[in-house]
Amino acid sequence: MLSRTADHLFWMARYMERAENTARMLDVNYQTALLPQSADAAEKGWKGLLSISELTGDFAKRYGSVSARTVMDYMVSDAANPSSIRSCLMAARENARAVRGTLTTEVWETQNQTWLEFQRMVATGAFQRDPGAAFEWVKFRSHLSRGVTVGTMLQDEAFHFLRIGSFLERADNTARLLDVKFHAVENEYFGAVQAQSQGNAKDVEYDFYHWSAILRSVSGFEVYRKAYRNVIRPEKVAELLILRPDMPRSLAACMNEVVANLRMVANEQSSETLRRAGRLRADLQYGRIDEILATGLHAYLTQFLERVGTLGLGISRDFLVPVEA
Amino acid sequence: MRPSFDEMQANQDTVREHYRSYQRWLSQQPPDVMRSRREEAEMIFRRVGITFAVYGAKDEDGSGTERLIPFDLIPRVIPAHEWQEMERGLRQRVTALNRFIHDVYHDQEIIKAGIVPADQIFKNAQFRPEMMGVDVPAGVYSHIAGIDIVRAANPDGSGTYYVLEDNLRVPSGVSYMLENRKMMMRLFPDLFSEHRVAPVAHYPDLLLETLRAVAPAAVNDPTVVLLTPGMYNSAYFEHAFLAQQMGVELVEGQDLFVRDNFVYMRTTQGPKRVDVIYRRLDDDFLDPLAFRPDSTLGCAGLLSVYRAGNVTLSNAIGTGVADDKSIYPYVPKMIEFYLGERPILKNVPTYQCREADDLHYVLDHLSELVVKEVHGAGGYGMLVGPASTKDEIADFRKALEANPGGYIAQPTLSLSTCPTFVESGIAPRHIDLRPFVLSGKTVQMVPGGLTRVALKEGSLVVNSSQGGGTKDTWVLEA
Repeated sequence: MLSRTADHLFWMARYMERAENTARMLDVNYQTALLPQSADAAEKGWKGLLSISELTGDFAKRYGSVSARTVMDYMVSDAANPSSIRSCLMAARENARAVRGTLTTEVWETQNQTWLEFQRMVATGAFQRDPGAAFEWVKFRSHLSRGVTVGTMLQDEAFHFLRIGSFLERADNTARLLDVKFHAVENEYFGAVQAQSQGNAKDVEYDFYHWSAILRSVSGFEVYRKAYRNVIRPEKVAELLILRPDMPRSLAACMNEVVANLRMVANEQSSETLRRAGRLRADLQYGRIDEILATGLHAYLTQFLERVGTLGLGISRDFLVPVEA
Repeated sequence: MRPSFDEMQANQDTVREHYRSYQRWLSQQPPDVMRSRREEAEMIFRRVGITFAVYGAKDEDGSGTERLIPFDLIPRVIPAHEWQEMERGLRQRVTALNRFIHDVYHDQEIIKAGIVPADQIFKNAQFRPEMMGVDVPAGVYSHIAGIDIVRAANPDGSGTYYVLEDNLRVPSGVSYMLENRKMMMRLFPDLFSEHRVAPVAHYPDLLLETLRAVAPAAVNDPTVVLLTPGMYNSAYFEHAFLAQQMGVELVEGQDLFVRDNFVYMRTTQGPKRVDVIYRRLDDDFLDPLAFRPDSTLGCAGLLSVYRAGNVTLSNAIGTGVADDKSIYPYVPKMIEFYLGERPILKNVPTYQCREADDLHYVLDHLSELVVKEVHGAGGYGMLVGPASTKDEIADFRKALEANPGGYIAQPTLSLSTCPTFVESGIAPRHIDLRPFVLSGKTVQMVPGGLTRVALKEGSLVVNSSQGGGTKDTWVLEA
């Protein structure tokens, strides 16, 4: 397969996944904002969302003050924000269009239709009228995109590069979400755990909504109950989202997919990239949550994101934009 | 009153034989059903992304504009015997044209015989001296040719087919031929059970067969690729579509490189050799080392690989020397010269303004003639006398007098019309036809071609860049 084709496929999948995860995070913040909470906490939520995507500076420059309305506009339909849902869906569609001959008709039409429909929804104000339904729609279009890929594409290199793109992006996004939700508000919420022992019912309740919101953002609430049959506890939430290989949005599950698909496309120069991917996966496979928490979750996730970044560069160098002749 | 010829109506009361059952069906369709079918077609074309990019135009968000080519629901129907005759004519014409190109770049017998003047060839900007003495596989240069044909009304009410133009470089439009048929079968499946319409869907197969047949002789199982200028080219949809239908890689110049006098593409598994390049790129952009040095669309060193016979370009370099409007008047003589046959398809009578007598006549009759720039394309740089104002004619006269050799003139043909679904209902509109002729080891084509229609009332310009649309073309089986 052409390297350029693989590159477009890889990024098509990444952008679609990114659009989905952005919608997930926006949705959770939007739902949380419907709960009784202080204006301060609400603002913190929106700020956290910007910092997940490393957009705090850009947002401040262009919009100034943080509010639900401004952040939503910025993250949904702002063409100048490269991480907005609009930019992601457009980039996914443009990448698909560049290699439409490599995709099945169904995959291409799904991408194209998503983009056309999205533009219509923004133009008609559907996003503003019912953001919840609109975020749900983005998620479903992403599910559809993946499902159509798995359901119709020949399982050749094209398929593997799409899968690598999806799961590398998801690993990145899940790690960022965890990092912000745990780290940025660590003191406050771990403080609440202590409050529990002091019998502060209000804080305990608040705590529950915070963690369940994180779980919901990765479709993990029911999964958590099923997996642990227990009350929601931060360390278990972290374990579920980092180490459980059977949780489809966990770091471990993502890396399993990345490694399996990388193996299928290995070439003469990719051994170092495969080694790094395999090692990252092994660390997750044999890791323990108490050790991770003991060394510090933020430090752990920062390092994980760096390793995922390096892996992306390696994939690019080995397969997507090779230098030769 | 100018004569007219309608493809469906012989006169106000009589429907032509080959249109009868369609017309019966059409008359039973309520207008709102046709309208909703048209909307459905538009929606599907947009979802499938069958669009063309408009150069220079931008959407408000800065991305390139993608437009639909209007699709008309009423097919253009050609009876079997007419097609058989046309097919023989196309075969003959394209064969002679390929012989001509070979001759131009080898012994130039046709010049020696005094049939085509030497300066018409050597002063032509499309003549490529780099091709002199280069042998191409099977001696075929234009593997994919698009021949534009019109039917013109005669004073007695009958019609005659004429070849308007030969497109021997990178003719486009075949994807619309295929998609229009697919669309018609989707919208009106019942019509196809009632009519024996010759299928066209095997075109990509014939194309692949043709491309493989002209691979360098030493190659057993040739690797074919389609070279596109990229996704912002106006015909990108067609490039992607054909590559997919043939199952070949769609490459851009940046994907190719030359090493040791072979062409390779960069793949995820390392370099892979390329044997046949179906290039949808003009000669000028193919190789920055040989042609335009600023081209980033081609591949440096390609020409030298090509001249060494280690890769086939399809179409060959330098085919433009034969499809120029200044060469067009000589095609009937070419057919006689190379094949010893009488031309089956007619040329439109053409005045060559480079000839003093012709120029004189043309200047005296500007308001009746169509005057075309020799190197123009896409309906630009032409004067349609009867449809022009005095000022336009005066301006054109100046341009013509300044450079007579740059123009030819033809009588204004009364192009045939075909019923077309327009805002006000069903009305006649002018049409043309572009069949696609494939030449490899043999000459092949699918029955029919792309019918273009001028949607503006009275307009003769069918080009999509100037408000033209397309129709499905039915060749009825005998």
